[in-house]
Amino acid sequence: MFSSLMMNTWITASIVAVIAGVTGFFAVLRGSTFAAHAIPNGAFAGAAGASLLGINVIWGLAVFAVGGALGIGALSSETRGRKARHDVVTALALVLMLGLGALFVSVSSQYAEETYALLFGEVFGVSQGEVLPIAGLGIAAAAAIGLAFRPLMLTSALPEVADARGVSTRRTELYFLVVMALATSMTVPVVGALLMFSLMIGPAAAARSVTARPGVAMALSVVIALATVWLSIALSYRTNWPLGFFVGVGGAVFYLVAQVRRAA
Amino acid sequence: MHYLFEPGLLSSGPVRTALLVGAVVAITSGIIGVYTVIRGQSFAGHSLADVATTGGAGAFLVGINQFWGFLAAGVAAAGLMEAIGVQRRRGRDVATGVVLGAALGVAALFLYLGTLRTSTTGASFTVLFGSIFVISPDTVPALIASGVIAILTVSLLARVLLLTSLSPDLARGRGVNVRLVGAVYLIALAISVSLAAVAIGAVLSTALLIGPSATALRVTKSPVRAMAASAVTGLAATWLGIVLAYDSYYWPPYGHGWPVSFFVVALVLIGYLLTYVRRPRRLAPRSPHEGAECSPA
Repeated sequence: MFSSLMMNTWITASIVAVIAGVTGFFAVLRGSTFAAHAIPNGAFAGAAGASLLGINVIWGLAVFAVGGALGIGALSSETRGRKARHDVVTALALVLMLGLGALFVSVSSQYAEETYALLFGEVFGVSQGEVLPIAGLGIAAAAAIGLAFRPLMLTSALPEVADARGVSTRRTELYFLVVMALATSMTVPVVGALLMFSLMIGPAAAARSVTARPGVAMALSVVIALATVWLSIALSYRTNWPLGFFVGVGGAVFYLVAQVRRAA
Repeated sequence: MHYLFEPGLLSSGPVRTALLVGAVVAITSGIIGVYTVIRGQSFAGHSLADVATTGGAGAFLVGINQFWGFLAAGVAAAGLMEAIGVQRRRGRDVATGVVLGAALGVAALFLYLGTLRTSTTGASFTVLFGSIFVISPDTVPALIASGVIAILTVSLLARVLLLTSLSPDLARGRGVNVRLVGAVYLIALAISVSLAAVAIGAVLSTALLIGPSATALRVTKSPVRAMAASAVTGLAATWLGIVLAYDSYYWPPYGHGWPVSFFVVALVLIGYLLTYVRRPRRLAPRSPHEGAECSPA
C-alpha cells in the first residue's frame, strides 16, 4: 500500500483533500453548493475534449472549469440576489458543458474506460509528471483563498456590511468561483468529477455543524477531508472497489455523525 | 424535404420510437419544469436526476430495464429530500448535496460491479448520457403512462402549487398543507426526471427540465402560457435534436453519429440565449418601484 508507485497517489490525494476542505468551507458558507457541483462536472467535458485533441487533460479541465465559472458568474450577475435565477443559470451552464462532454466522448468513442475514470476517479493512475502541476495549482488556489479570506468571509456572512464597506459582492463571488474552478481542474483527474463535489461538501458541512468559528471550522473541514480521502484510498486499495464510492459515502457518514452529535 | 433530413428517417422503427418518447419527455419536462423554476428548485431537480443515475446503474447491475431503476431511485430520493427538509431554504442545498454525493458514490460502485459482471464498458455512458435510439418499444406504454400521471398530478394541483410556490404563508393561511403539496410535487418531478433520464441521460435531463421553462418564463409571466411555450420549445428542441443526430451519421467522423443529447442541449441553450438578445421590455423600467429595485441609489 505504501510502495513508491502508491506514494504519488497518497501525495496527490492529500493535496486534493486540503484544497477541497478549504474551498468547500466557503462553498458551504456561501450557499454555492450547486456551483460546487456544476463546475467539477462541467470540467469533465473539458477533459474529454483535451483527450480528443491529444493534449494533457489538465488544460482541458482548467479551460472548461474557469469558463464555466465565468459563465455562471457573468450570466447570473444580471439577476443578482435572486437565488432561483442563479440556480437556473448554473443548471444551464452545467448541461451545456455536459452536452459538449457527451459529444467529445462519443466522437472519440474509444474512451469508455477513460470516461469512467474522469467521472468517478482513478487515483491509482497518478504519474510522477502529474504530481507537480497538481501541487502548483493547489498552492495557487490556497494562496488565492488566503489572500481574499476577509472579503470572502465578509460577503458570505454579512453581505450588507460588505456593500457598505465597498466590497463588491458580485466580484467576490466571481473570484471565488474562479478559484473553485482552479481547485477543481486539479482534483478531477484524481477523485473524479462526480466525487470532487462530495469531497468539497461533505467534510465542510460536517465541520460547520460542529463549530460556528470560521477558523476552526475550516481546519476541521480539512482534517475531515484528509481522513475521508486516506480511509478511502486504503479501503479502495484493499477491496478494489472504486475510490469514488468510499469518498461519497464517507463524506455523508461524517456529515450524519456531526448532525447526530449536534442533535444529541 | 431531403435537404432537411436524410431519406429513411420516418420509416425507421427506432427513430419513430425516439420521436414518440421524445415528445412525451419534452412535454412532461416542459410543464413540470415551469414549477421547478418558479419554486427555485433547479438544484433539487438536477440532484434527483443524478440520484436517478444510481438507480439506473443498479438496474444495469441486476439486468432490468433502466427506466424502473431511474424511477425507483428518483422517487426514493424525492422522499429522502423531503424528509431532510428540502422545502426549507436555509441549509437545504447542503443537505441535498450530501445526499447527492453519497448517491453518486453508490452509482460508481454499481457501475463498477456491473462492468465486472457483464464485461461491457459502454454502460456508464448510456446511463449518464442516455440513448434514445435504443429504447425498447416494450417500455413505451410505461413511459407514456408515467408522463400522463406526472402531468395530471401537476394539472390537478396547478392552483395550489402556484400559491404555495409564490406565497407559502398565504397558502398556509388558507388552510393548504404546504408540506404535502411540496412532497407530491417532488414525486411528480422525480417521475418527469426519470423519463428525461431515459431519453437524454440522467445528467442531461436537467436541460429539458430547466432550459425550456426558463426560456418560457423569460418571455411570458403567465404560468399557463409559460407551460405551453415551455412544452413547445422542449418538443421542438427534442425533435430537431433527433433529426440532426440521425443526419449526423453522414457528418465527420463518417459512420458514427453524434449523440442526440448534445443536439438537444445545444438547441435548448440557443433558445434560452435568444431571450437575452430580444428583450425590449426590460430596457425601460415599467414602474418607479421596479426601477428603484433594479438600480439602488
